[in-house]
Amino acid sequence: MSGSTAITRMPFDQALQSFEPVLGLETHVELGTASKMFCGCATEFGGAPNTQVCPTCLGLPGSLPVVNAVAVESTIRMGLALHCDIASWCRFARKNYFYPDMPKDYQISQYDEPLCFDGYLDVVVATDDGPREFRVEIERVHMEEDTGKLTHAGGDTGRIHGADYSLVDYNRAGIPLIEIVTKPIVGAGSLAPLVARAYVTELRDLMRALGVSDVRMDQGSLRCDVNVSLAPAGEPWGTRSETKNVNSLRSVERAVRFEIERQAAVLTDGERVVQETRHFHEDTGETTPGRSKEHAEDYRYFPEPDLVPVAPSEDWIEQLRSTLPEVPSARRARLRDEWGISDLEMQTLVNAEALELVEATIAAGVDQGAARKWWTGEFTRVANEQGVALEDLRVTPAHIARVEALITDGSLTDKLARSVFEGVLAGEGDVDQVIAERGLVVVGDDSTLMSAIEQALADQPDVAEKIRGGKVQAAGAIVGAVMKATKGQADAAKVRTLLLAHLGVEE
Amino acid sequence: MAPVMDSDLVRQSAATLSAAMQAGEVTSVQVTEACLARIEEVDDKVHAFLHVDRETALATAADIDTRRAAGAELGPLAGIPLALKDVFTMRGVPTTCGSRILADWRPPYDSTVVERLRAAGVVILGKTNMDEFAMGSSTEHSGYGPTHNPWDLERIPGGSGGGSSAALAAFEAPLAMGTDTGGSIRQPAAVTGTVGVKPTYGGVSRYGLVALASSLDQAGPCARTVLDAALLHEVIAGHDPRDSTSIDAPVPDVVAAARSGDVRGMRIGLVRELGGEGYQQGVRQRFDEAVAILTDLGADVVEVSCPNFEYALGAYYLILPAEASSNLARFDGMRYGLRAGDDGDASVEEVMSRTREAGFGAEVKRRIMLGTYSLSSGYYDAYYGQAQKVRTLIARDFAAAFEQVDVLVSPTTPTTAFRLGEKLDDPLAMYLNDIATIPVNLAGNCAMSVPVGLSPEDGLPVGLQIMAPALGDDRLYRVGSALEAALVDRWGHVLTEEVPAL
Ligand SMILES: [Zn+2]
Repeated sequence: MSGSTAITRMPFDQALQSFEPVLGLETHVELGTASKMFCGCATEFGGAPNTQVCPTCLGLPGSLPVVNAVAVESTIRMGLALHCDIASWCRFARKNYFYPDMPKDYQISQYDEPLCFDGYLDVVVATDDGPREFRVEIERVHMEEDTGKLTHAGGDTGRIHGADYSLVDYNRAGIPLIEIVTKPIVGAGSLAPLVARAYVTELRDLMRALGVSDVRMDQGSLRCDVNVSLAPAGEPWGTRSETKNVNSLRSVERAVRFEIERQAAVLTDGERVVQETRHFHEDTGETTPGRSKEHAEDYRYFPEPDLVPVAPSEDWIEQLRSTLPEVPSARRARLRDEWGISDLEMQTLVNAEALELVEATIAAGVDQGAARKWWTGEFTRVANEQGVALEDLRVTPAHIARVEALITDGSLTDKLARSVFEGVLAGEGDVDQVIAERGLVVVGDDSTLMSAIEQALADQPDVAEKIRGGKVQAAGAIVGAVMKATKGQADAAKVRTLLLAHLGVEE
Repeated sequence: MAPVMDSDLVRQSAATLSAAMQAGEVTSVQVTEACLARIEEVDDKVHAFLHVDRETALATAADIDTRRAAGAELGPLAGIPLALKDVFTMRGVPTTCGSRILADWRPPYDSTVVERLRAAGVVILGKTNMDEFAMGSSTEHSGYGPTHNPWDLERIPGGSGGGSSAALAAFEAPLAMGTDTGGSIRQPAAVTGTVGVKPTYGGVSRYGLVALASSLDQAGPCARTVLDAALLHEVIAGHDPRDSTSIDAPVPDVVAAARSGDVRGMRIGLVRELGGEGYQQGVRQRFDEAVAILTDLGADVVEVSCPNFEYALGAYYLILPAEASSNLARFDGMRYGLRAGDDGDASVEEVMSRTREAGFGAEVKRRIMLGTYSLSSGYYDAYYGQAQKVRTLIARDFAAAFEQVDVLVSPTTPTTAFRLGEKLDDPLAMYLNDIATIPVNLAGNCAMSVPVGLSPEDGLPVGLQIMAPALGDDRLYRVGSALEAALVDRWGHVLTEEVPAL
């Protein structure tokens, strides 16, 4: 049900003059455990439908859940990295509601006894006045199981209502999820959309650094519910909307921005914001209403009687705390100093999602300047053109290291290097294969170049005369002819040096 | 022992049959055929079974006989037939839980109990009738018609496990499996003159037991003698990593306890709150006589008070429906079992609703509604929350009592078997049947019902309940076997020998 609608919006800057946005973010991430939350089934993405299932994750009568200890450990590590308190005793709870993607018609989650609570995450956003840090307070981190995946066939809505039939794949049912809920984020003002994006980005990087999830957003392994409300300056918070399942960093930012603009228009018109869930549309950048929360679902939570409480010992928690890896913010500061780059340059790498790639490229022996140049320049451009993530391009740090080595030894020019990467990106093979296929070797041996120079001088005797007469700037015409004769595979600077030496002219 | 006659095979205890098989006097196939023939002969009248798997039973029996002949080491229950309550999953075998909503469901997996029975060489004859999803005390709430008490076919065999208890009393099987959420093993045992044990919560795996109320459900053995119950208890009990609530501790030696039958020096407590008013005269009489026997056998009998037991029934009927409403949500017609009203136009919610309307019986619907209400936002604290507090108080009553005594005793039920239909329209009267059995489920400890005679006014069996602390299951068997031995001495046979000819 996307497509442009008649939703009235107030321009962003104008909206911020009258209202203060309040944000809340609930982020669900699939943990990277080998097996599911409550059974031994594999979690691998992309299996044929309903092949990674068993009585427990199908919710068959009589089946029982058993907690995956690795998922508990991952959640505690995430909680510690977010500076949370860890519960010494907590229980799972059943969240009851009927839906065909839920095998048991209840979800095993946590309710009023989360495993981790009261933490924070500092994030940095770029402003016109330089980088600015925000502290996002964390309400809770808890564990739950994912639902199955529904695909609706026929009908034109893509939703269950109006579909001819629906297919359900329970491979996803029971995959461990971690849910991270923020406390209300206030005071971000016009930076609210950026803060939201920076927070989710930081969360993602943190999970990758901890190794608890590889966070493949393109596979839907991170989903964000974005809550937005507006308060007229100095007044209590307004009614919030809850935009569900926003699943890219850019969409998080856009959804916040859209909701601010929409709600500002609603409130300015003297209407009231309806408490409801909304859906975000990637194509238009708009949100549209989903289920109204006026008759809110009663989930009838109660402690899960099939499971015993989770009671991590103090010793275990301390052991996990002492083995936490470096968090992303500390790592960025360290790399910035190691590489001798500025905050702004580091921010550029982070924004381009290029930090890991640059680090790996430097580790492969490439100079930091060259590594940054390739990833944030040429490759970022190509990735944007193709609409894919930088890391999904065919080029690797090893490719860059090879190309840079060939440039250093004079076998490639910058121009040829670009052609090499064009071939690598197009899937023509690795660096040496592309060079061989495309015949991209610098014509480097002096005798070949000299015969081309002599030929060019013979072809243009008047130019030769001028150079001999001291008009060094005329050398360009001869160099150009040599480059043309060698199909661009010569080093122009070298040709020029050889030419002048040949003619006995000083630069 | 003397060779066992074919006609007598079905009346023998599992222990006797086991000895005869080991001595080569009888084969498992002979015993299994005898039971199948008996089922054929009487089950039209009793209706203990929902499904009999003749071929598989005989194949298992033949396999055991072959292995025995080859000199294989076999457990004491190898080759012994058993009737399985239809609440346990068994691969490829219909598992209905007494409900129309699961009419055609054949599970793709074995419950842990079935796995252990198979490993022990037990011959599973088929699945027994029960109140729908184990909700009831009479089997009248089965979606497949009631089971009849072999003592009087006009009377209830107890419930929810009335099929299992009737199968024992009708000599269709020497052993049966039950589940006990509020008395569903003990109450049927009491009204059919058989033995039933609810083990300590977590003592027997719940994996593959279709849940009624997860925090109360416990599988346990049913038999005609205390020793047989112990032999079955030993086979099914023990830690199972697939059930998180399963206890990771050694199983008490129940078989040794059942063989000892010695209560000298044991302290036995009479629960003041379970007896007296509301208990049938003949029930009280037989109970008092049994207590006198225990005293004669050298036990030290005292009265103890458990003041919070009076709130047990109320708490139970908040906790059970709450858990049941959630456990039974999955029966929505989407994945297995009945699907009703899928006419191509109905929405998914409508099909779910029509399926549940058509597939569940009245008692199930009543409890789902009760449970849904008591978990609702705004009511949770007043109902479910309060009930959990009562549960804690009852556990404390037990703990205090077990400071003073080794076991507690009471009548298992307030009355003998009532008539079919008598309490069907009065749920509260029906619920009162379980007044003495429910506290044990709420506290998670263990109990046994053992027959102590026939009530003089109606000639129907009376059961005595023995209650022990968690993991004190062996105490049940010591007291139960002592009492049984004394009574058998007095009667000259076990009580079920007095079941009228069918
Ligand atoms: Zn599974």
